[in-house]
Amino acid sequence: MSADFDRDAPLLRVRSVAKDYGSIAAVREASFNLWPAEVLAIVGESGSGKSTLLDCVSGRLKPDTGTVEFMTRHQGMADIHAMSEASRRMLARTDWGYVHQHAESGLRMGVSAGANIGERLMALGERHYGDLRAQAADWMARVELDEARMDDAPRSYSGGMRQRLQIARNLVTRPRLVFMDEPTSGLDVSVQARLLDLLRSLTHALGLAAIVVTHDLAVARLLSHRMLVMQRGRIVEEGLTDQVLDDPQHAYTQLLVSSVLQP
Amino acid sequence: MTIRNEDLMTQAQDVPPSAAAGRGEGPAPGDGYNFAYLDERTKRMIRRAILKAVAIPGYQVPFGSREMPLPYGWGTGGIQVTASVIGPADVLKVIDQGSDDTVNAVNIRRFFHRTTGVRTTERTGEATLIQTRHRIPETPLAEGQIIVYQVPVPEPMQRLEPREAETRKMHALGEYGLMHVRLYEDIARYGHVSTAYDYPVMVNDRYLMSPSPIPKFDNPKMHMNPALQLFGAGREKRIYAVPPYTKVESLSFEDHPFEPQRWSDPCAICGARDSFLDEILMDDTGSRMFVCSDSDYCADRREMKPAETGGQE
Repeated sequence: MSADFDRDAPLLRVRSVAKDYGSIAAVREASFNLWPAEVLAIVGESGSGKSTLLDCVSGRLKPDTGTVEFMTRHQGMADIHAMSEASRRMLARTDWGYVHQHAESGLRMGVSAGANIGERLMALGERHYGDLRAQAADWMARVELDEARMDDAPRSYSGGMRQRLQIARNLVTRPRLVFMDEPTSGLDVSVQARLLDLLRSLTHALGLAAIVVTHDLAVARLLSHRMLVMQRGRIVEEGLTDQVLDDPQHAYTQLLVSSVLQP
Repeated sequence: MTIRNEDLMTQAQDVPPSAAAGRGEGPAPGDGYNFAYLDERTKRMIRRAILKAVAIPGYQVPFGSREMPLPYGWGTGGIQVTASVIGPADVLKVIDQGSDDTVNAVNIRRFFHRTTGVRTTERTGEATLIQTRHRIPETPLAEGQIIVYQVPVPEPMQRLEPREAETRKMHALGEYGLMHVRLYEDIARYGHVSTAYDYPVMVNDRYLMSPSPIPKFDNPKMHMNPALQLFGAGREKRIYAVPPYTKVESLSFEDHPFEPQRWSDPCAICGARDSFLDEILMDDTGSRMFVCSDSDYCADRREMKPAETGGQE
């Protein structure tokens, strides 16, 4: 089955996902599709359920109801929560990437940058040290890190460099879908701008699909093709990014857009 | 008891020979303790764990580790395993870093002699049961022998992934990429794999296993060894095993293959070139000599040497 090149089928199909924490409904009735090479932003204020939705969709959290289906390379559409844990973890370290808000959670801080990039390859059975180093060097160049620092631990890296290293570590297996949880918050604006630029060119060059959770509408505007607006666990508005930001329909989206500070 | 490997499965159903000893056959245990110190129910519990470990080579089986009359880190796991498999007919050898006469070895040997009355030996060939700390004897082991290793840290990935729930999951799913990260780091930092002891191995193509802190020089001896190899970790409460004739492979990279230690000089006492050598400082000016770490092997060769080679080298 050449699922890879079927542009009409969604890469990810989310249907009526709901998740409660006790009496609090964190996510209610969330449904959306994601197509190959599409970048989708999920925006909303703190506590609106963005991160819970991302966790459910990326297989880190099992939703109470609803299904999350992914177009796998060999078996077509498969419900990620119905498959075995072994295959889900396999998927997570080959076809998916996950960029954490804090690079420290996504990296092994004690081992060198090269080993961080090579870990996924080693998990897939790559056993040639020279090849691993060559690939690590290649990816460091792609994310604009100095190759000379390949043997340094990420502890000695700045915040922006750590985030770029985290991206390289995720992309080394050529995933088709990357989840990003607030990838640029906590960085200063100039570093943020460079990182956004990098992310935009990488997703474009590699044909990556991505789901970006952010509270920063500027990030959504720069990176995403389409966006979802969440409020109190519900998706209240959905549409093309420019359309939603320039002509918000829902009262909450209007509030969100108008509350952005203009320097 | 001298157990042969094929007897191991039936042994659990038989009345353990040690129970017979408790009824007055064989030497009487000293000081009012049960045969081999542990009570019979504890020994049965440990034997069950051992059977499971033998059935799943390299898999760490949890067991109810008991307090032993010596501190953790001194071989409490190894002693409990030995106490559970020892019988009145066994001949016990205990080594510590290859030597039969260091404090740890002497005391554990005396402990078992007092609580079981079994014969003890320093000769590898004569022993039916060998408890070891950090070495495998140079004399090849034979079918019917059991070697018990003392293990401080049974989890090979512990230093890279401290969460035990996670490492157990990694074992279950066979996700061992992390271990190569450690080897990668060694090569990146030192140009070669600097891990010299406790070098991780893959058992039977399935489970990643810590061989206990034996030098990597000894790793190849574990592969297809005719003896039964049992591992006990007292503090961490784990038992694992490598049954006879099981594949044991040291991890490596294609372009950095596994290599055991080598020495340029032979043993200064017996002239052996095929044994693991200890470096001994001789005086304050830094002169040193290299001698076999396996004291029994070294002594054996010295006895045989006049007839065999007729002198040094």
